Amino acid sequence: MSQSNAALQLDEEGRLLHFLTIDGLGREMLTEILDTAEGFTGVSERTIKKVPLCRGKVVANLFFETSTRTRTTFELAAKRLSADVLNLNISASATSKGETLLDTLRNLEAMHVDMFTIRREKGPDFGRLRVAIVGDIQHSRVARSQIHALNLLNTGQVHVVAPKTLVPAQAEQLGVKVYHNLIDGIRDADVVIMLRLQRERMQGALLPSEHEYFQLYGLTEERLAYAKPDAIVMHPGPINRGVEMDSQVADGPRSVILQQVTHGIAVRMAVMSMAMRQKTASETELEIP
Amino acid sequence: MSATGPESGARIRIHGGRLVDPANRIDDILDLYVADGRVAGVGEPPAAFRADHEIDATGQVVCPGLVDLCARLREPGQEHKATIASETRAAAAGGITTLCSPPDTDPVIDTPALVQLLRERSERTGYARVVAVGALTHGLAGEHLSEMAALSRAGCVGVGNGRAPLANPLIQRRALEYAASFDLTVFVHPEDHWLANNGCAHEGAIATRLGLPGVPEAAETAAVARDLALIEQTGVRAHFCRLSTARAVRMVARAQYDGLPVSADTAIPYLHLTEMDVADFNSLCHVAPPLRTQRDRDGLRAGIAQGALAAICSDHQPHEPDAKLAPFPSTEPGISGLDTLLPLALRLARDGVMTMPEVIARLTCGPAGILGLPYGTLSAGATADVCVFDPQAGWRLTPADLHSRGHNTPFVGWELEGRVTHTLLAGRVVYTRDGHR
Repeated sequence: MSQSNAALQLDEEGRLLHFLTIDGLGREMLTEILDTAEGFTGVSERTIKKVPLCRGKVVANLFFETSTRTRTTFELAAKRLSADVLNLNISASATSKGETLLDTLRNLEAMHVDMFTIRREKGPDFGRLRVAIVGDIQHSRVARSQIHALNLLNTGQVHVVAPKTLVPAQAEQLGVKVYHNLIDGIRDADVVIMLRLQRERMQGALLPSEHEYFQLYGLTEERLAYAKPDAIVMHPGPINRGVEMDSQVADGPRSVILQQVTHGIAVRMAVMSMAMRQKTASETELEIP
Repeated sequence: MSATGPESGARIRIHGGRLVDPANRIDDILDLYVADGRVAGVGEPPAAFRADHEIDATGQVVCPGLVDLCARLREPGQEHKATIASETRAAAAGGITTLCSPPDTDPVIDTPALVQLLRERSERTGYARVVAVGALTHGLAGEHLSEMAALSRAGCVGVGNGRAPLANPLIQRRALEYAASFDLTVFVHPEDHWLANNGCAHEGAIATRLGLPGVPEAAETAAVARDLALIEQTGVRAHFCRLSTARAVRMVARAQYDGLPVSADTAIPYLHLTEMDVADFNSLCHVAPPLRTQRDRDGLRAGIAQGALAAICSDHQPHEPDAKLAPFPSTEPGISGLDTLLPLALRLARDGVMTMPEVIARLTCGPAGILGLPYGTLSAGATADVCVFDPQAGWRLTPADLHSRGHNTPFVGWELEGRVTHTLLAGRVVYTRDGHR
């Protein structure tokens, strides 16, 4: 399976051609994307927030559902690379297909952005890190991608924390330790990633109430104290305040949730420029200033 | 390919072949004599027999025409996928002479008129015989009993609710009891609809990794347990359709040992493929029930070998290309199986799971017995449904080889052994492979 995904996404020399799934990309490629994104973080601070890498190229955004957050970050990234942007809005009647695509895009956004954020805050050595992912692992493509990426980067320990109904079958085989107790799961963690809880979970008899969920798994200052003193708190957004965490934590000093949004642009620029660079290799080789 | 062979009253001699008729424990080089649509003689010709047509079966196997316990012909209701004409033609090319349609056509087979329709249309095209399992409940909605006596009189081989759930266990009990009053076999698909929870893959490490909603093993075993209790309670004769777990095989084998009138089958893909084959979101491997673990596959093979599972069916489900072109969970489940039933079954003999005559039994007298039909044998006087195939013929499956309208099969590219050269339906040649006489 990895081989076919690698063949799909990489050219004969192993350079990035398409970006569809982490599976098959390998650690070197993942690191290269993160390194390239580093180079782009400076662009957002300049007066002229553009580099000419994709000038003359057209980036088409095909969204089946309107999403301000995801679409604007893709659009900004493409524009900062000096590409022309086409937004194609397919009507919402293409329901199930559209949702899947949107989820996929959200997932790509979250995964790389999260690795990038962790790397910026904690340094490039994932081997000494303990990362805890808390929440609805079962229904989260983001979580699955994060777990895969964390393992690729040889993270020291990856914990998932949730009630049994929200942990997928044989989850340990993904390379994680499963906890049903929040304190045990986040003890001495360097990074705590909180996942969003969706209302539907109460309907499916997976959880009794948001109230009980917050009682057991909600992140408060008090509980966060069990993680390392300099632990960071992340969340793919949008946050349900009072469910996944309280406002004190969300707006507190350890939260890097806002930075995650900005980093998203740099990571997208990296992926786009790498994928497009292959097509212009025979033309001018443009350097990142 | 030709369906215009000698007339059905013709006298045919099939000579020099290895005659394999498991029902009569025959496995020998013997000639077969056909006259007036029936088997006129085995080994020795009947008195004063002069053949109108000779089939040279030297180096081939001559066996009863295959009986397929479950094949969806998509007519009436889904003719954009396939038709009775196209699929019975494909059946003939695969050596299959009797096909059993499940009740989930559109409209559902819950009236004698539908049974009649299927029979008439298949007789008109004349490539294969089509029988039907009638609906257990009206519209397969799981609430009101269908007119089972009428369906039985119209010729249904049994009744069942397909893969549609019954509203509650009490209705299930009553439906089984009612069917038992008329000595009807109930065809049960053992899956707890709620535990299956719209899953599309086996609940396990691979589905977790891929993020696909899973169907736990318990969805099948919990249903089998409850069904066995009700079968015992009601005294109905029941058949479990398409077992997918090793555990269920053991439960059914145990029940058989205890004397319960239960039979079971599995479909050929479950004897070769596992959840690993879904690993790259290959929608051609999206089937219901899902492909499960290696251990389940081995358990199913053991069940087939030992006979707890008396039949292997194709579970033929032809689809148009669009049905398989979507994100995995949104694709329609099912494999197009008529073209590959025989060679894939023969592979079990090649893999040492059982002998070739035992494989033939699971494709002929085994399913015929479950359906209560007098086919699947070459006894003197039996209807002359015959399949002649070359067991050594090696071929690589390509889309061009598929006779079915449905090309949705993950077996394209497989190296197969065993190819049908002639098929006779009631003494009439309905298929001859190009290059053969």
